[in-house]
Amino acid sequence: MQEKVRLTQFAKHGGCAAKIGPDTLSRLLERLPGFEDEDLLVGFETSDDAAVYRITEEKAVIQTLDFFTPVVDDAYTFGQVAAANALSDVYAMGGEPKIALNIVCFPENLDADILGEILRGGADKVKEAGAVLVGGHSIQDDVPKYGLSVTGLVHPDRIYRNFGCREGDVLLLTKQLGSGIVNTAVKAEMASLESEAEAIRVMTTLNRKAKETAQKFTVHACTDVTGFGLLGHCGEMARASRAVVKIGVDGIALMQGAREYAEMGLIPGGAYRNQRHVKDILDAGDVEEVWVDLLSDPQTSGGLLFAVPEDEAKAMLQALRRAGLGTEISVVGRVAESGAENPGIRLRRKVEMR
Amino acid sequence: MITVNAMGDICPIPVVKTKKALTELGGVGEIEVLVDNETAMKNVTKMARSSGASAETEQLGEKEYRVLIRVGEEAAERLKRAGGKNGAGGKNGAGGKNGTGGQSGAGANAEAGQVASGEGCATCVGTVVAVGSDRMGEGSEELGHILMKSFLFALTQLDVLPDKILFYNGGARLTVRGSESLEDLKTLEEQGVEILTCGTCLDYYGIKEQLAIGSVTNMYSIVETLQNAMSVIRP
Repeated sequence: MQEKVRLTQFAKHGGCAAKIGPDTLSRLLERLPGFEDEDLLVGFETSDDAAVYRITEEKAVIQTLDFFTPVVDDAYTFGQVAAANALSDVYAMGGEPKIALNIVCFPENLDADILGEILRGGADKVKEAGAVLVGGHSIQDDVPKYGLSVTGLVHPDRIYRNFGCREGDVLLLTKQLGSGIVNTAVKAEMASLESEAEAIRVMTTLNRKAKETAQKFTVHACTDVTGFGLLGHCGEMARASRAVVKIGVDGIALMQGAREYAEMGLIPGGAYRNQRHVKDILDAGDVEEVWVDLLSDPQTSGGLLFAVPEDEAKAMLQALRRAGLGTEISVVGRVAESGAENPGIRLRRKVEMR
Repeated sequence: MITVNAMGDICPIPVVKTKKALTELGGVGEIEVLVDNETAMKNVTKMARSSGASAETEQLGEKEYRVLIRVGEEAAERLKRAGGKNGAGGKNGAGGKNGTGGQSGAGANAEAGQVASGEGCATCVGTVVAVGSDRMGEGSEELGHILMKSFLFALTQLDVLPDKILFYNGGARLTVRGSESLEDLKTLEEQGVEILTCGTCLDYYGIKEQLAIGSVTNMYSIVETLQNAMSVIRP
């Protein structure tokens, strides 16, 4: 009988927890020459989810790529998670994925059928997204890695950016948090089967329906919550929008077991890196310390975070719930100030919705 | 004091090692955990504090940290209770079952300070060995006898001993006079392992008078013991 290969054993850091820290990254990017082109609508300067380039008055191309080391042991599932995560960047820009290319690193001595399963998982997600898989590139490497480069399309006037939220906006998140922590607990063999199954279900869910539902409403800003955690991505939104964001922890949906595992210290290193990145703008108020860990947990294939005007928030929340995303939707908080001198994030138990 | 060396271990191994050490400590005491990164230091501290223990951290070198964990009486109690929920048998929910300590004798065992791996609540039994034959495995009868003898000897060599050994049907022949395993069973009994033999079985084989070790038990107790066990080993 063939021995079951545990893919996560190859990876020191799994999934988006493997991201290079935001501090390091922004320092390195500063050294690159600036690129200017009047048709480049979104470049890397705003740390957005993908680049957007205008082709015509009605059409812009979204370009993104994302890959990582195994977060789950099952090859097919890993393929699905990596693909859903890569496709998500297109949704986070408000676009529709059209073309995908595989990015593959795989050890020579590992059974090629495992790679076959990874690719099958990825291809199934590309198909579900309504895009086409047209090829890719693979190299030999000791640690397996997989992901996609995705090209999408969007109307230049309907791009979702990660800044532009306004005072009064309500923040909605379309997936429950905790995948980094639950995956760590799985590695430690301390996770319940229910938690593990929930994390897999959430990570393999495409953000397609969430984006399509949101398009019927006004969206001031949007990003997908991935490696920098909710706090990291909220921080980017707050900084770029010069806003003060209030988060009500009581309203945030977590995966089963996530809080318990966080309290036990099953926290990926990326969470602490993310905390350092928001340290100077975070006011944690009097919420328990564990919330800072939970909200900075790096998410793999996390949900979309929308800033929507408050008079539409309720209707959008209902529409998202009716859309049957298969995940839990949270009212994260609201934008307390925009055009603020000092952007910031304030954690509170509850944030009043007018 | 237990020292846990988690230098060079990547997340979440230091936490796993710390949790194991807390279980092994099995009561009041100190554990020192050595790690080489800040994430591990913070996570180990959280693991200790979530168990009710106190934890102090100290940076020994550029990439060397020490977490000193003190388990007080309250924390030791909490760990014992939590053992049933979060221990090795966490997924089977055995910790939730409450046996009637008196009848199964499990309460007495807990008081004797038995430390079993994945030890649970005071009314639960840790590991139970159920011996239903005087032979181990199918096949050659002679080999089966040899294997059973060496199995019982091997039990005496375990770091963590079982709480109880149940002997029934052909297994009853192992606790009577003339059994080649008597010495090993005596060693186990001296270290607090409870040896129980099925009375009906002794009667059936007509060897009740020859029982040389442990005490006689009945089916009611056997069922209860097996039900409350965190894990059962059947040779």
